[in-house]
Order: sequence, then structure tokens, then C-alpha cells
Amino acid sequence: MTTKIFVPRDSSAIGLGANKVAEALTRVAQSTKADVQVVRNGSRGLIWMEPLVEVETEAGREGYANITSDDVESLFKKVLTDGGDHEKGVGLVEEIPYLKNQERLCFARNGITDPTSIEDYLGNDGFKGLKVALSLDGKSIVEIVTQSGLRGRGGAAFPTGIKWNTVLNCPANQKYIVCNADEGDSGTFSDRMTIEGDPFVLIEGMTIAALAVGATKGYVYLRSEYPHAEEIFNEALLIARAHRYLGENVCGSKCSFDIELRRAAGAYICGEETSLLESLEGKRGLVRAKPPLPAISGLFGQPTVVNNVITFSSVPFILANGALAYKDYGVGRSMGTLPIQLAGNIKRGGLVEKAFGVNLNEILYDFGGGSASGKPIRTVQIGGPLGAYIPEKDFDLKLDYEAFAAVGAMIGHGGIVVFDQTVNMASMARFAMEFCAIESCGKCTPCRIGSTRGMETIDKIIAGKDRSANADLIKSLCDTMLHGSLCALGGMIPFPVLSAMKHFPEDFCLEPHDNKVAA
Amino acid sequence: MSKIVWKDLGTPERKSESCVDLLVDGVPVSVPVGTSLLRAASLAGLSIPKLCATESLEAFGSCRLCLVEIEGRKGYPASCTTPAESGMVVRTQTEKLAKLRREVMELYISDHPLDCLTCSANGDCELQDMAGTVGLREVRYGFEGENHLEAAKDESNPYFTFDASKCIVCSRCVRACEETQGTFALTIDGRGFGSTVSAGQKESFFDSECVSCGACVAACPTATLMEKSVIKQGQPNRSVITTCAYCGVGCSFKAEVKGNDVVRMVPDFNGKANHGHSCVKGRFAFGYATHKDRITKPMIRKKITDAWNEVSWEEAMIYAASEFKRIQERYGQGSIGGITSSRCTNEETYLVQKLVRAAFGNNNVDTCARVCHSPTGYGLKTTLGESAGTQDFDSVEDADVVVVIGANPTDGHPVFASRLKKRLRQGAKLIVADPRKIDLVDGPHVKANYHLKLLPGTNVALVNALAHVIYTEGLHDQAFVKERCEEVNFKKWVAFISQERNSPEDLEAVIGVPAVDLREAARLYATGGNGAIYYGLGVTEHSQGSTMVLGIANLAMLTGNIGRSGVGVNPLRGQNNVQGACDMGSFPHELPGYRHVSDTVTREMFEREWNVSLDSEPGLRIPNMLDAAHSDEFKGIYIQGEDIAQSDPNTQHVTSALEAMECVVVQDIFLNETAKFAHVFLPGASFLEKDGTFTNAERRISRIRKVMEPLGGKADWEATIMLSEALGYPMDYKHPSEIMDEIARLTPTFKGVNYEKLDKEGSIQWPCNQDAPDGTPIMHISKFVRGKGRFVVTEYVPTSERTTRKYPLILTTGRILSQYNVGAQTRRTDNIVWFDEDRLEIHPSDAELRGVKTGEWVGIRSRAGETVLRAHVTDKVQPGVVYTTFHFPESGANVITTDNSDWATNCPEFKVTAVQVEPVTQPAQWQQKFVQFNKQQLELLVKAAEPERV
Repeated sequence: MTTKIFVPRDSSAIGLGANKVAEALTRVAQSTKADVQVVRNGSRGLIWMEPLVEVETEAGREGYANITSDDVESLFKKVLTDGGDHEKGVGLVEEIPYLKNQERLCFARNGITDPTSIEDYLGNDGFKGLKVALSLDGKSIVEIVTQSGLRGRGGAAFPTGIKWNTVLNCPANQKYIVCNADEGDSGTFSDRMTIEGDPFVLIEGMTIAALAVGATKGYVYLRSEYPHAEEIFNEALLIARAHRYLGENVCGSKCSFDIELRRAAGAYICGEETSLLESLEGKRGLVRAKPPLPAISGLFGQPTVVNNVITFSSVPFILANGALAYKDYGVGRSMGTLPIQLAGNIKRGGLVEKAFGVNLNEILYDFGGGSASGKPIRTVQIGGPLGAYIPEKDFDLKLDYEAFAAVGAMIGHGGIVVFDQTVNMASMARFAMEFCAIESCGKCTPCRIGSTRGMETIDKIIAGKDRSANADLIKSLCDTMLHGSLCALGGMIPFPVLSAMKHFPEDFCLEPHDNKVAA
Repeated sequence: MSKIVWKDLGTPERKSESCVDLLVDGVPVSVPVGTSLLRAASLAGLSIPKLCATESLEAFGSCRLCLVEIEGRKGYPASCTTPAESGMVVRTQTEKLAKLRREVMELYISDHPLDCLTCSANGDCELQDMAGTVGLREVRYGFEGENHLEAAKDESNPYFTFDASKCIVCSRCVRACEETQGTFALTIDGRGFGSTVSAGQKESFFDSECVSCGACVAACPTATLMEKSVIKQGQPNRSVITTCAYCGVGCSFKAEVKGNDVVRMVPDFNGKANHGHSCVKGRFAFGYATHKDRITKPMIRKKITDAWNEVSWEEAMIYAASEFKRIQERYGQGSIGGITSSRCTNEETYLVQKLVRAAFGNNNVDTCARVCHSPTGYGLKTTLGESAGTQDFDSVEDADVVVVIGANPTDGHPVFASRLKKRLRQGAKLIVADPRKIDLVDGPHVKANYHLKLLPGTNVALVNALAHVIYTEGLHDQAFVKERCEEVNFKKWVAFISQERNSPEDLEAVIGVPAVDLREAARLYATGGNGAIYYGLGVTEHSQGSTMVLGIANLAMLTGNIGRSGVGVNPLRGQNNVQGACDMGSFPHELPGYRHVSDTVTREMFEREWNVSLDSEPGLRIPNMLDAAHSDEFKGIYIQGEDIAQSDPNTQHVTSALEAMECVVVQDIFLNETAKFAHVFLPGASFLEKDGTFTNAERRISRIRKVMEPLGGKADWEATIMLSEALGYPMDYKHPSEIMDEIARLTPTFKGVNYEKLDKEGSIQWPCNQDAPDGTPIMHISKFVRGKGRFVVTEYVPTSERTTRKYPLILTTGRILSQYNVGAQTRRTDNIVWFDEDRLEIHPSDAELRGVKTGEWVGIRSRAGETVLRAHVTDKVQPGVVYTTFHFPESGANVITTDNSDWATNCPEFKVTAVQVEPVTQPAQWQQKFVQFNKQQLELLVKAAEPERV
């Protein structure tokens, strides 16, 4: 019997030598004429183990972590020929607590299947949601999604069903489905992993959205720094079309829908939905004023669903298993699961999909195993560069949109970046302003000029120049940016700045009376 | 008189049947659905600070000064981008808003020079005003941070500068270039703090695609984009609303003046023809009015080889009158005549034709419309009943399919072109019928759905083929034709047009356009919704010019595209007042209002008013006058503001006729080409120096107002009065308004027009009378002026001007954006930097055959004459066709054009001349003679001025 060996083709694995490992495995298999098939799967998300090679056995898939091409020969000899243990063996992959303790709905197939095998996809519950959707009218699909409580996973957490309903009820000759895959937040990679590891789930989710609102054309706006994702997704599109999951008469129905992948312009701001639409239209990525909402006047002025990759990828499960099955997960108004991305100074970085309600301690220590440096964790930044810094004392905070908002923080796209005690928070505050200065589209004044002036003023504080007055100026500037900016970039950059000042005044050498922000 | 300041309501008007009611700062206001809060507040008499918003552009939401609070809503939305909703309670002035606005302004000023006192915009700067309004008192960031204070100035454009150090990146210029002008020459380069306005791809303004329309300059709220004239002269202190004296669009302008000097011309936002837009000519090219070449003293001489003598007005008039009388005594009453000018006012042309009819005692009056739109008058009068276009310019906003025939709007009628392009960007379809690839055919932002690249001279075949398709395929509007048109003539026409010989398949070889394209284009026009036809001199200046106008009217009637907004037959008039000159009775056969001189009732009415008896026989047209001069029957002429020696065909024929005359009186602002053959020169007044009215292509009568005293001491109408008096026929007018009152008394379509009403309304479209007291934007709504529309059979007759082995190419002519007609004005402005000589466009294949390269001299020889130009090899023209402009007298473009003319109106066949083109090494014989003659005439002029210097 042919033995399947899985070597991930996810960027993180490739970056750590997975392609070389796969080549070496193939070479050795050919030279030894072993009955072995090398399969390029997605990543399980246990990034610290990459390349994580898996060997199919009767008991299940046995994992071997951090395999390099040097390990290939020994792996072959010990595992395939002699049946013995290998020093890099981690046992049955599914039994690894990091994986076992997750609730994987979105990422159910990631790492298990060959991303470009439609048979694999179908064999693992693929297109079940679409089948259900094809039997329903648009209104019913929207109702199910509304009932599930799914909220936008791009960061704004807007109820998906309500957005779809707006598009559904907007009469137009042409509607669009746009997938925001311009994943630009620091420490995030769930979009990339989905597209590289399970592209059909995104295709299925977007197709269901199209059926729901009556759209015939979809675009995936993919971050330009994701070449592997681009390659895999384009391959998946061809396969889906060949199997009539896309194109005229999807699955033999009366509905038509196709998707085009567009490489993004390479600017953070193009991940903001209105800039994204401008960019898709071939213009500069400039933020549009709202109203009109994209749901009413979006791409080329037509009603448009703009959702994140994870939002769309959550939908097939909901349709296949019902709104209640999804709603079963989560707490309060935060339903379902969130693929958390654990990065920065963390021992076990990777993807953790958990139902809402899990707290930061569990994520950072139970899953993450503490900092990579071994030094105590001082703070985490959640939700990308616009997210607040959360001090260690608040690590019992539960993952819940409302609970986060209550402490001036946000979950965003679910990226957590970890910092140990060596971090200087004044320089992190400065970095926030610098990031904004670099990435501002330049349209509105508070963001365009304010970010640069913010950077300069924090520099003055760091240099010890009129600290008290300049600290006041930063607070005043942050207030202007928060209330005066056109979009979330300028409007939220005050969060990391103010949270750093509030929780870590000592890094700014501010006396307590200098720091009245602590509200 | 003070400066007129336009109240900017912040965002464009929204039109809606339904209104929303809201409270702004406690003031109840009701506005149409879709109106912004910013505009609603302005309408309520409140003012919200703003910088990036302006009424002429769609809201952008970038400056963040216009933030407001709305009860029940979170945050501080920008009022420019937030639509008003019913029941909203809005607050525009709160402590929080004041703080936000002040701090936004603080950010602006942290990157702006503090040189208000020496700044060219001092006193007219929105940034300065807003800093005052929000109460900015300090900049806590200091001024040592990153900034643009050292950014380079771009002074490449002759008329305005771009000073990047003063730019606040509000994008008003970029948006004006896109939305208003439609050129997309400007963009924002970079992002964030590094965002800068960039012309093209970091080019200079001059080297970019910028067409110098000035929309960006008008939109700029600071001194960043500033007229060089303001930088030099300082802020103007009074303004006068007047009308542009260039093309037939008739843009309204605010002349901003200091003392007697025009500092700048600012397009009038309330101008109904241009809605605040302009082109490089009207906006900037007014410097000719005070050019040193202006002649400001009357002059006389016995022979054209004599030196000029400067004389008093009285002396000049006495001399001219005595000469005219002498000539009439010797050669007969009909031996003198006059030419009215499409550049002068309605009142002035009216007086010139009155002078001819009443004081000369004949009908020898004609006008320059003879050589441009006379077929329009004939064709539209015959079919529809009125010698004028059917629509207003606003109509294009409702057009779904636009057909442009023989016109090049982006060059010839740029302000209308901008509106057309805007409509095309919104999705209207475009069909262009033109031998050349004009800019509309294939631009970066507009493209023609069909370019029917016909051979010059085959217009009628083309229009017949289109009509054939529409009728034989049953695409015509049967109900419209049945109800609105004469049945007998329609049947006759059907019998003609349905014949196979008018089918695209039979005619494609003649026209040079594939039959399938003709069919598709015809179907699109007939079935694509509102179809509007716009045409220019490419239609009229042919041996079958009138036939083509008839054919166009047939097409519009056939498809029911008449009588509502979005459709119609729209002649794009070349000159500012060509419509008016025609209306005012400038033709030898017509009294004002297009009434034939043989019409006794009308004639008697004029006889009573003028207290003379009038000739009932039509007089001579310009070509007849010239022919008669050659045969000693026509010996004296009074030419007001027209340069027939350059603008009329077959120059050598024209100049020899002038040489044959015994008294040529020329009234002009410059010593033009015709004046070099004159015996009496009367200094003309520019449009800035007099009162009066112009009538544009949409029949819109607009005021021109005196901005400065006439340099020659008299407005043109005053000079005509003097001449008339010297001839023994006194005229008694103290102001042009009295002339208009007389016109209104005698002309039914002008009955309701007077200066008081014009001042109140801004402008009026005739007919304006008891039936239409407010004027008539769109004609023929429920019935045609002539009652029922008349189809006329339009048999295609090829021109006799055919290509042969000796003359294998067809020459056609046209205009360019920066220059205007004979160039007398624009050549005397900085517009010359864009275009300083006429060139011959020739297709690469024709060029290669002759060994001609771009920039090399080529001789162009026709049956009429020969001239030499530099070649420009381009595929804008098709093989077999060459093209040139006629802006420079030394080019001699009309030395080559022939005496061929329209069968009905004698409009010259400028657009078709068979020629040969060959490389040459020296100017043509005519050009050598011209240079010599010109030099001699200028020397004679200098001698006239010399005595004064002593």
C-alpha cells in the first residue's frame, strides 16, 4: 500500500525549508523505489513545529517536527523501513494538545487536505454548505447567517447577516462579492493560511454569499506579498470552474458566479474596505467617505458585499450545520469561533481557533507556552497595529468583542503580538504614529499631518523636551485623530499610543501628574 | 462697483421631487433629498468652516473642518459627506467642534508658510479665512518638524504658478481637473504626509496633459495655484460680469479689475452656458486687448501704397462718407456694401446692416457666417422652421447617445466638450463621424463606440446610409413622424431613402466606412434612448453643406429626437456671436429675425421705424461682392471686425478684389490682413471696452459689460452711428440698450428681450416673447416652429473638387485648442507657447511615399494656389487625407482652398481641397510676396505714428 507523506506548502513551512524537504523526500523515494506519495498539504498552524511532516499510519497521521532535508534520510530509514521512532517524532498530530484543544470550524480541513484537491475537499465535508444554499432562496440564506450571529472577522465585527441583507434588498443589475484578503495587520496570518491551506472553503463561502444577495461576480483582493496564496488560489479557481462550482450555472443551478483574484496594491490602507474598492477599480487606494455604504454603493457604484476571508470561510459550516450549531460556540454577542493568530515573542506561535470566551492567559500560556525568550510577558497588542496594548494584569480578559471594547481594546482580526519585559513602550507608541505616517492614504488632515506631528512629539518626550506639555499635546492630538479622522487608521492609532501611555507611564519618564490620561 | 463674491454653498445642488426637513442649530430648513448637511446649513444662513468642500465639486470629506454633531448619532461626521435626513437635529457650533476644528487648523498651519502679508492670496485665501474663523492662536507643534516649506515652485505654465509650499492637499485642483474639465492631468503623488499634487507623472504643468483651462486655479483655496497676473498686479478690487468673446459656447465670466486693468477673468459659477467652467482662451488669453499692436487712432490714405495718416474720428468719417458717396454716384447705388461681424455685439451688427439698408440704400450686407454656418440657417429653417439649434447645453446631461459630426469639441468648444465628456463618463454612448481621429475618439477616459472615419466630402452619403438603415429596419419613431411631420414630404423622402443605392452596402466604398459600422451606428442612434446630434463646420463647409444639415434634421425627426431635453440638432457655433449676427439680419436677403426682404409687411414695418424706403431685392453676398469688384461693379466696402483676406477661401482672389476697390473701410482692433488693403482704418473696441449682447450657440443672449474705456475712444456701435450721420442718415442711440429695444420692437422672437430683464436673469434664450416670457431653452417641444416638420430629399452629389493624379490628396482644415480662428487675438497672447505655427498633418504612409518627415517643409499645391508648411506625420489623419489649421496668416491655408461653395448659401468648401504635397526647400511664391507686402504695410503704419513722436 502506498504510504502518504504530508509536507505543508504553507508559506511558513516553505520559509522554513518545506520545499527542500519535499524534494528530498521525493528523491529518496524514487531512488529507493519506496511506495511513497508525497502530498503537499496545508499547515496545521503549529508554526513552531514547521516544517511539520506527517506520515500516514493505520493509527493516524504521525508528526515529525522541524524537519530539514538533512532529516529526510533518517526519517525514511527509521520510519518507513524499520518502523522505529525518530528523534523528531511528535506522535499522532491530532493528539497534540495545542491542536486537540481547539475548536476548529473554519480551519477544520487545514493541514489535513491537499489544498488543490477537490476530492479531498469533498471528502471532508466540502461544498455541503453550498448544496444547502442552492436549495434555498437568498432571503433564507441571509436569515441563517443572521441567526448564526456571525460577525465580520476583518476587525469591525459588523453582523454579517445584516450587511448581506442590505445588499440583498438593494435592487441593481449588477452586484459584487468582494473578499478582503489584503491581510496587513501585524501578527496576522489566518487569511493567508486559509487560502494556502483550504482555498475551496473561501470559494464556497463567497459563492454562498453570491447566492444570498444575487451577485454574479466576485473578487478576491489578495495581499501582494502572498505569492504562494496567489498561486494556490488561482489553481483552485481553475479546478472549481472545471467542476462547475464556479461559472455559468453553478452546480447545474440557474445561478452564475465567478471569482477573479486581484493582487493588491501593496498598501496597508488598501485593506480598509473603501480604499480596497477604489484600488479594485484601478484607482489610488484612497479612503471614501461613508455614506454611501459599500453595501449600497460599493464596487463601481454597485451594491457590494465586502467581507474578510475568515468571515466567508465561516459560512459553509453555518449552512451545512445550521445557524444553531455555530451559535452554540461563543459567549454574549460574540458567537462562533475565532482563528487567533499567536505571534511575536511567544514560545509556540501559531493558529489557535477557539470559541469566543477563552481568556488571554489560556491563549498565551496554555497554548503559547509563554514568551519565546523565557522572560515574563509584559504586554500584548491585539488586533494589529491599531490595537491597544493590554498589560499583564488584564490577561484574564475573555475574548469577547464587547468585553474588549469595554476596556478600550479590540479583537480586530484576531492577531496577538506578544512582548516581554524588554519592550520600551515609548518607542512602541512612537512606532504606532510612525506606522500611521507611513501607511496613511493622505486624504484626511488629522491622519495625514497628525501622524507625523505625533511621531515628532513623542520623540520630544523621549528626548526629555517639555515632557509634560508634549504629553498633553499627544493626548490632544489623539483626541483630534480619534474624532476627526476619516477612517479607522487615523481614528484608531490613538489606541496603542494612549494605552501605552496609560499603562506604562514609566517608559515615557512621565510623573504621575503628567499623565492624566489614566482614565 | 465692488468685487462680486460668490457665496459657496459647499456642495453641489441636488435635484429631487421630495424634500427633507431638519433643524440645524435650531433653524428649520427644508432641502431636496440627497442634499448635504453642509449645504443645508448654508441654505439656512449658517456657515460651517470648510476647506476641501466647494459647490462646484462633489464632496470629498478630507479637511475635517466641517464636522458637526447629530443628535442620537455617535461621533462627529463631516457635514459635506453626510446627507440631510428628515428629523435630524444638527449642531454646527459646540465647544467640542470648536476644539476639533482649531486643532485640525493647527495641523494645517504647522506645515504652511507664515507669509500671509506678502502672499498673493492675501485677502482672498480660504485657509487664512478659516484660521481666523476657528480662532487659531498657536501652533504647539512648532515649525521645526517635517514640512514642505522648501518645495519647488512650478512656473512652467505661462498663466499660473503652482507653489507646492502653500499646498494643503485638499485635492480640489485634482477633482476639478477630473470632474469639471475631464482631463485627469492632475493627481496626488505619494501618500500620507508625503502626498503632493502632481501634474501627470511628476511632470511640469506645461509638459503634462494639462490643457490650462484654469479649473484647478479657480478651485484652489490658497495661493498654491495662482494666476501670474494676480501675483504681479495684486488683488483686484472690482468685478464686472461679462461674456467671453471667443467661441460660440458663450461662457459667462467675472472680469476682475483693478483701476482700468483686468487682473483676471474668473468663470462665472452662475453662468448658464458654462456653470463656472472655462478654457485656456477665455480664462487667460485676454492680453491681446491691451497688446501694443492695438491701433487706437483713426487713419486714412488715398492709395494702399501710401503711408497712413492719423486723423480725428470726424475727419475719418467725413472722408469715408465722401468716398462712399462718390463711388455710388459714379458706379451706382449697389456699388458699395458692408460686412457685419460675428465678433461684435448684436447691437453693433444690427446697426451695420441698418446702415447698409438705410444709409447705403441697398441690401449689400453679409457676414462671416457666410463662411461658416450659413447652411445651418438654411437647413434648419427649411426643415424645422427656425435657423438655430434646438437645445440648450444643459440638454447633454440627458443624452444617451451623442453623435458628433464634423466637429472637434475638445479643441473648438472646450467648455461644452467637458460637459459632454462628463456625460460620456456616466455611460452615454458616442458616435463620431469625422475623417480625423479627434481626441474624443480615443481618449484615456472617453472613447467613441463608433468612429465613422468617412472620406471628406461624403457627409451626405453617410447621413443617407444611416437614415436608410433606420427606416428600412423599422427603427424610426412612427408615432412622432405621423403626428409631427408633413406626410406628403415624408412619403417622397421614404421613396428616395429606401432605395438600395442609399444602403450602407452600396455606399460603403464612397464613404470609406464599412457597411456594418454604419448599420450598427444607425441602430444605436435610433434605439439607444435620447439621441443628440452635435455638429460643426465639418458639416457646413462643403458643396453640399446645406444638404447635410437637411439630412441631419431628417435623421432627428425620423427618430423622434426633437423637442425634449437630451436630444436635438445642435450646431456648435464657431464665433461668440455668429448666431446673433445671423439673427440681426446680416444676410443680404433677410431682415432681422430671418424675414425675407421681399416680405412687404415686414419691410414696411422697418421702413416706418427707420423712416426710409428699403430695397425689396436681396443684395450681394461676400463672394458676389468680390466677383463684382473684379468686374468694376463694386467699389467700396465697410468691414467691421472681419478679416476676409485671411479667413475666406482663395486668398488671392480676395486680395485682388480688395485691391480693385476704391474705398475699403476696415474697423478692427488690429491692422489685420484685410486692413492692409484698406483706405480708412477705424479703431475697434474689444469686448472689454463696450456694452452690448452676444448670442451663443444655444440662442442664449448674454450681456457684455464695459470694463474699461475704449482705447480708441469709441465703441464700435458709436463709430457706426458717426459714419451713418456722415452719410446723412443720423441714428439716435445713447446706449446699446436702446438699440436692443428697437430690435425687440421689430423682431417677434426678441419681443420680450430688454437689458433690465437680462440684468435680472443673467441671460435669456430666444424666442422670448409673450408665448415664452422667460425664453426658450428647448425648441419645437409640442410642434415645430414651421408647424409640421418637413423631410427633404437629400440626394448625394459628389463635389466637383476631386482627387486626380495631379492632386491625389484631400486637404481638410480645422482648429486647435490654444489658437482661435485667424489667430488675431490668440497669436498676441502667451497661448503661442502651445502652438506657434500651422502644420500639415499627413499620414505616415503618404509621408513615406513622398519622403516627408515631421518638421520638414512641404509644398501644398491645389488648383487655386500653393503654399508651404512644415509637416507633422501622424495617424490622426487617414491615408489620402491631409489636414491643417489656419491660425497664422503666413501659412496661407486659404491660398489653397478653392472657390467651390455650398449650392444653397455659398458657404465655401473649406473642408475639401484636392492637393499634392511635396518636399520643398523654400517658401511658396505667395508666401514670399506676402512677407514683402506685410513688411511694406507695417512700414506705412510706422510712418503714420512717427509725426507724434517728434
